[in-house]
Amino acid sequence: MTEALLRELSPQVLGVLVRRGADFASAEDAVQEALIEAHQTWAEQLPDQPRAWLITVAQRKLVDLQRSEAARRRREEVVAEQPGPGPTEQSDDTLLLMFLCCHPDLSPASAVALTLRAVGGLTTREIAEAFLVPEATMAQRISRAKRTVSGAAFTTPADIAVVLRVLYLIFNEGYGGRIDLAAEAIRLTRLLVRESDEPEVAGMLALMLLHDARRDARRDERGALVPLDEQDRSRWNTDQIAEGVRILEGALARDRRGEYQVQAAIAALHDDAQRAEETDWPQILAWYDELVALTDNPLAALSRAVVVGEVDGPLAGLRALDGLDDALGQHHRLLAVRAHLLARSGDTEQAAELYREAARRTTSTAERDHLTRKAADLRQ
Amino acid sequence: MPKYLLLKHYQVGPDSPAADFAPMDEWSADEVAAHIDFQREVGRVLTESGEFVDAQALTEQGAWVRYGGPDAAPVVTDGPFPETKELIAGWFVIDVESEARAHEVAAWVSSAPGKGGEPIYEWLEVRPVMDDAPADE
Repeated sequence: MTEALLRELSPQVLGVLVRRGADFASAEDAVQEALIEAHQTWAEQLPDQPRAWLITVAQRKLVDLQRSEAARRRREEVVAEQPGPGPTEQSDDTLLLMFLCCHPDLSPASAVALTLRAVGGLTTREIAEAFLVPEATMAQRISRAKRTVSGAAFTTPADIAVVLRVLYLIFNEGYGGRIDLAAEAIRLTRLLVRESDEPEVAGMLALMLLHDARRDARRDERGALVPLDEQDRSRWNTDQIAEGVRILEGALARDRRGEYQVQAAIAALHDDAQRAEETDWPQILAWYDELVALTDNPLAALSRAVVVGEVDGPLAGLRALDGLDDALGQHHRLLAVRAHLLARSGDTEQAAELYREAARRTTSTAERDHLTRKAADLRQ
Repeated sequence: MPKYLLLKHYQVGPDSPAADFAPMDEWSADEVAAHIDFQREVGRVLTESGEFVDAQALTEQGAWVRYGGPDAAPVVTDGPFPETKELIAGWFVIDVESEARAHEVAAWVSSAPGKGGEPIYEWLEVRPVMDDAPADE
């Protein structure tokens, strides 16, 4: 309870401090210390105004930090200016914070780590565990990222696409380990939706919800991958699908389509089929045509070829792969899609060979096991 | 970010600038110390850059062990494959942005000082580490 409240409030408090003119790195340290103090005292008694309490304590910590910093540099002790209340105290600065944490000067991994810490309110240890690196390494990654963005202006930059890419990276880290990063990405995207009327932000939230709705069906009891057409659809989360569809419809109505809305539309059509055989492949293909036109992404073209195979048969699907070799080379997904289409066209021998090669090339154990099983099935 | 295992074999090939390097017990104490300091420095710099995952050194002792069959003791030998007998001396595991960065780190590790303070030019074996997360459907 306290935990959830603190994680909701921490980016707001950080936003207030930065807006008042504090340096980002110091402000973030101050908020972390205020959170520790809140953890210790709120369990006994929750303050009447938790947000105001946190802002006051964080402000005090900031002054302490600035003092000790000054002392450490053997300067004269300077009392940090007590800034007056800013004009936008009421507003939630999460959007601005996210822009800062996803600054283009940061590598994707650094942006992910900083976002989870400064906006998500996760501890360094939790983030380190989620990415399977030592805590000291993650602490350095975050601290370097903070230094990088510390001088950056706290204003809305032009391109929200960078923020969306970072959120999608977090989402795709999934839910191994103790921290549910997919759920965290959804939570952060919800915060963003509140502050941005960009349809692609809503499209991203819809996409995450529509994919995440299938998570319980995506692995079997031993942890093996279950492909979409074999999933037990009764295990899909229908509430989440309904919410995703509603959000998507609202976004599409704005008539400014982007890749995330289109991907969400594809996910919605899959989610809409009660049985795999009821999938509306022609409509999914129409969306894929739009996706490929929008993104020029060879992996989108690859997925489109699978759908072409469903609509017009495997030979048409194989023809749709023409030209992808240049872009994808021996990418395991290209090999796996070709294997899938060849198997459907009856060339099981070559299909098995390609599945085996794809299994050798993936860096995911779950995919390797799945692809190996496909190859083995064809050789039965 | 992908993780990579950098395996140290202490092997130099025919095309390395140093065709072979003297065994470490023929180095001076200072040369050995400089070499070990370098390994520590690698760990420190990689932690600082947010890329360090693990580093271990292995002893030269060890055994090959396999299942002996039902009701049989484990089979233990000092090496069933004499022709491929090779030493794994240790490793680094790093978490980096790209394969190119992994290669850059490996080349740096290979520049560790040896006898006379010269780089040893050992070959590092660089292997991507698998994870369990599948790409999205």
